[in-house]
Parts: sequence; C-alpha cells; structure tokens
Amino acid sequence: MQARYLPYVLIAPVSVFLGLFFLYPFYLVAQTAFYDGAGWSLKNFQEVTSYWKFPSSFKNTLWLAAVVVPIQLALALLMATMVNAMKKGRDLVLYIWTIPLGISDLAAGIIWLAIFEQSGFLNSIMHGLGFIDRPTALISYQNPTLIFVAIALAEIWRATAIMLVILVAGIGLIPKEYYEAAQVFGAGRWKQFVRITLPLLRPSLSTALVLRVILAFEVFAVVQALGGTLFPVLMSETYAYQFELLNGSAAAAVALIILGISIASTIAILRVLRVPKGATI
Amino acid sequence: MAEIKIKNVAKNFASYQALNDINLTVSDQEFMVLLGASGCGKTTLLRIIAGLETATQGEVWINDRRVDHLPPKDRGIAMVFQNYAVFPHLTVFENIAFGLRMHNHPSAEITKRVHRTAELMHIERLLKRYSGELSGGQRQRVAVARALAMEPDVILMDEPLSNLDALLRLEMRAELKGVLAESKTTAIYVTHDQVEAMSLADRISVMNQGRIVQASDPVDIYRNPAEKFVAGFIGNPPMNFLVADKRPDGRWTVGGQPYDGPSCAENTLDFAIRPEDVVLAETGIKAKVNVVEPLGAHLLVTCDVNGAQFRATLDSDANIGRGDTIALQPQLDRIRWFNPSNGMRQSLEKNDV
Repeated sequence: MQARYLPYVLIAPVSVFLGLFFLYPFYLVAQTAFYDGAGWSLKNFQEVTSYWKFPSSFKNTLWLAAVVVPIQLALALLMATMVNAMKKGRDLVLYIWTIPLGISDLAAGIIWLAIFEQSGFLNSIMHGLGFIDRPTALISYQNPTLIFVAIALAEIWRATAIMLVILVAGIGLIPKEYYEAAQVFGAGRWKQFVRITLPLLRPSLSTALVLRVILAFEVFAVVQALGGTLFPVLMSETYAYQFELLNGSAAAAVALIILGISIASTIAILRVLRVPKGATI
Repeated sequence: MAEIKIKNVAKNFASYQALNDINLTVSDQEFMVLLGASGCGKTTLLRIIAGLETATQGEVWINDRRVDHLPPKDRGIAMVFQNYAVFPHLTVFENIAFGLRMHNHPSAEITKRVHRTAELMHIERLLKRYSGELSGGQRQRVAVARALAMEPDVILMDEPLSNLDALLRLEMRAELKGVLAESKTTAIYVTHDQVEAMSLADRISVMNQGRIVQASDPVDIYRNPAEKFVAGFIGNPPMNFLVADKRPDGRWTVGGQPYDGPSCAENTLDFAIRPEDVVLAETGIKAKVNVVEPLGAHLLVTCDVNGAQFRATLDSDANIGRGDTIALQPQLDRIRWFNPSNGMRQSLEKNDV
C-alpha cells in the first residue's frame, strides 16, 4: 500500500464510528427539531422559547457557567502553579486533588445534598456549635440564592480538577529560562505570572476553558440533586420535554439551543486566546 | 560606574561542591571572561552574580552595595542567556521593551531606546516579528538588544554565542566586543571557548573544579600560566611538557639537552614550551616525527620525545616526513617550569615558590 494513503486508512475506523454514532444521530435530532409534522419550520423553537420556564432556565444556565467557570479557572491556575512549584510529593497531591473527577456528577450532587439538607452536616454542625436553635431547611424555594451557591460549590468541587490537569501539563511545558529572563529584567512573581505564564499558557487555557464551558452548559445531575425543579436549567428542560412531556421535538430544539451557545462560546474562547503565528513556544 | 566584588563565595549542591572560595574583582567597564571546561562552576558563578542561584556562603557586591540577598531585578544587571530566552509570545519590539516596561519607563522613552538598540544590533526591520520567525543569529541579536536597552551597570552573558554556527559566531564576536566597549558597561562573559575568551576579554578568569585558577589579561594567561592546568588548557595545541632532571651543576636536562632553570629543592620539574616557540636546529631536543599536518601557514608536527608527546608548529617550507628524527631548539625566554608535585609554576628567582 502506498504510504500516502496510510493516514486515511488509519483514521477510517474512528471516522466511521463518529459518523455512525455522532453525525447521524445529530442529523436526526436536527431533523426532529426543525420539523413540525407538515414541513420545515421554527415552530418547535418558538414553542420552547415562549414557554414560561425558558427564560429562567436559560438565565440560570448562563449564570451558573458565568460564576462557576471563572472561579474554577482561578482555582485551577492557583493549584497548578502550586503543584508546579512543589519539589516532592507533587504526584501525590495531584492524585488527591483529582479524586472528585472519579465521582459521577449525580453522586457529587448527593454528597453536597447531604451537607445542605435539613438533617445534613451543615445544620448539625451549626446546631452543635450553638449558632442556630434548630436545624432549618436551607434548600427551599425561600432560599434561591443558597440553592445557587450550593450548586455552584458542588460544581466547583466536582469539576475544577479537569482544568487543573490540563493546566498542570501546560505549565510544565513552559521552559524555565523564560522565568529567569523575566526575573532578571525586573518581573516579580505576579508579573511573571501575568506576563509569562498566562500568555504562554494560552493553548492549554483555551482547551481547558472550551471543555469546561461546554460541560457547564450541560450541567444536569448536580442541579437535579440539589435544586430539583426549584432551579431549572436548559438540560433539565430537555429532560422534562423528552421524558415527562413526551415531546421529542421540543427536547431536540432545546438540545440544539444548548449546542448553539456551546459553539458560540467555543468560537469566542478560541478567538480570544488565539496565539499568533510564530508566537508559539 | 560598576565594580563587582565577589568575596569568599562557595556553592554546594547537596554534597557536591560546585564553587570553592571564589574571590574576584571586576573593575568598572572591564570585560571579564570566565573560562573553563563544562562543570567547572563558571555558569554557577554567573548565576550567583545574577541572583538566579544563591551562594552557600560569601558575598557579592556591585557598586559598593551588597547584593547577594537581593532579587535579580534589584541588582542593576541585565543578562544574555545561552538559549537566548527571547519570549515567544512577544514581538521583537516588546521583547526589547520588556525590562523597560517592568521598570515603568515612560512609553516615549521605551520607544526611543528600543529603536536605538535595535539599530545598534541591526534588527530594526525585525521589530514586528515573533521569535518563531527569527533565525538563531537574529534571536541572539534580540537577546543582546534586550539587555543593552536596560543600560545596565553590569551585563552578564552565559555562553551567548555557543549555539551559533562558526561563521556567525565569528561575526557576532567582533560585533559584541564593539557594542559593549561603546556601551561602557561592565561585562562578565562565560564561555568554554578559549579563542572567544582571548579575543573578547580584558581579563580572563580560568576556572577549574570550582575555583579560579588564574585571573589575568589574555596574553599573560597565554605566556605565563600560573599552573600546569592553565598551560595545558589554553592554546591550541596546548603547551608541551617534558620531564626535566636536575644536573649536579644546578642546570636541568631536558630531552638530553642542558637548560638553565629555577634553583629549587626539587630534583625533577616539568619543562614547558609552546609549540610555536621552538625552531628546527642542528642540535637540540631530539624528536621522532609521528604525524605531519600541513596547515598552510605552518606545519603542525607531532613528535615523540623520550616517550612524551611533543607538538611543534614549524615553517611550512620545512621538509619533514613521518619517521624523521629532528632537533628542536626552544626559544629560551619562553620556557616555563612547573612543579610536578602541585602543578604550580616554578619561578626562576631563588626561594620564590
């Protein structure tokens, strides 16, 4: 066989797999979303967006991503910098920090529910220390802020490590001599971080952010466990349309809306963190 | 004005002693080269002066100010790194401006200085490029320009030419010397290349196994090596050594010939002479020719004298072939003597060891 065909032969299996199990279902979903029983239309989209719960679920999803992702990014950067500065025990610390990655998102939600619910750890501790007279229902419709905080905390706890892993690898690729040059030419630790680490980390930052933002738009199980119907998000709406209202077309339309904002934010992230030609390490 | 004083500096890495009681003064505007084989500690010493490495003991003074506890940025230094360390994410302009921006110079001043140093290093046309679009030689120029733009008291250079090809190295060497003389900066330059050291330095510090063996001007180092190590390290080919035995009359027998030498208690000394300081003669040290290498200007002849290797650079008209036995006469005032027990040079004066 000629060598120039070899690459195509080698990627053929995965192409077929993706075509069959990704592109084709995607085509079916798109077809369902844009078909109203008589012909092509945007009727399904009009239906889901005019539903009274849509604005709040849309807003909740974006808010959650807007709050959680920056905090995760900052934490992951801090943790990656710390891990990278360690001489001994680096791997051990990294393994421990990435443990939450091994826990399913539903389980993570339940763990945090065990902390916040009326008979949960938080209430017990506060009661035990005498801060409150008796356990109160923290997660209720009277406390929307606390629901948001609980979900955000659970998400931060659960999914920061995926960014951490990517950033640790990225920071490890930055040659030490750039930091030495920066030091000699007058940069203190903070300026080294801002002027050297961050710009040279752009490829890893965009990978981590794209991955994390897309996952944030798809948040579901943690929200279900902690907020239930009190905190609607786009993914829970999709689920409700498909399995409770048995409206597959509407579910497909919401799914495509999620896909749309994922693609839009991915393009935005890649644009902002683009590295000019010739400016790579 | 920048004088650098290094006092009793030592550096240990775990149990390994990289530097051992270093004392060195570099005067204002002097071009000092630290020369030595790899692992001799020269780069460690430079990094201690820069503040990138902490000395285990000792003091570093720049301009009558003790700096060994200060971070690099407060030492008034600039540095050129072996791998250039030109920031890949910044344009050439921003690379040169980096240090000035860190020190909060006004932007008009920055633009002026960047253009001036870029012009000096002949890289004005590259200011908008990124490091990935530059050749090794151009990156080198950017690294030097970045250091010069700081107008530092002291400029430190760590083998800055070692990654360039031979021709470019020659070109940059001459250019560096000119530019640095112009800038009136005190310079410390690390290299393992003795030709580079000779051609650039006002003074060379030859280093070996973590200590400075000799610090002097290039010609003195070449002519009057303080130790046998320096004699064997400097010069290409290096000095020849032959065993000298003391005669009853106080003179010394070298290769069967009597020579005047030092008066000392030792019964044997090392007689040393540079290859270019011998001539073909009727009588002299008997040498059997093993290899003849015509180098154009002269012949490099490798011979055997009583089992010791001896090299001579002779006139290229000399008609010599492999297997010939020739007589070589050393130029008497160029003979040097070393004490074989400690490797130190044996002075000709009495009782002066």
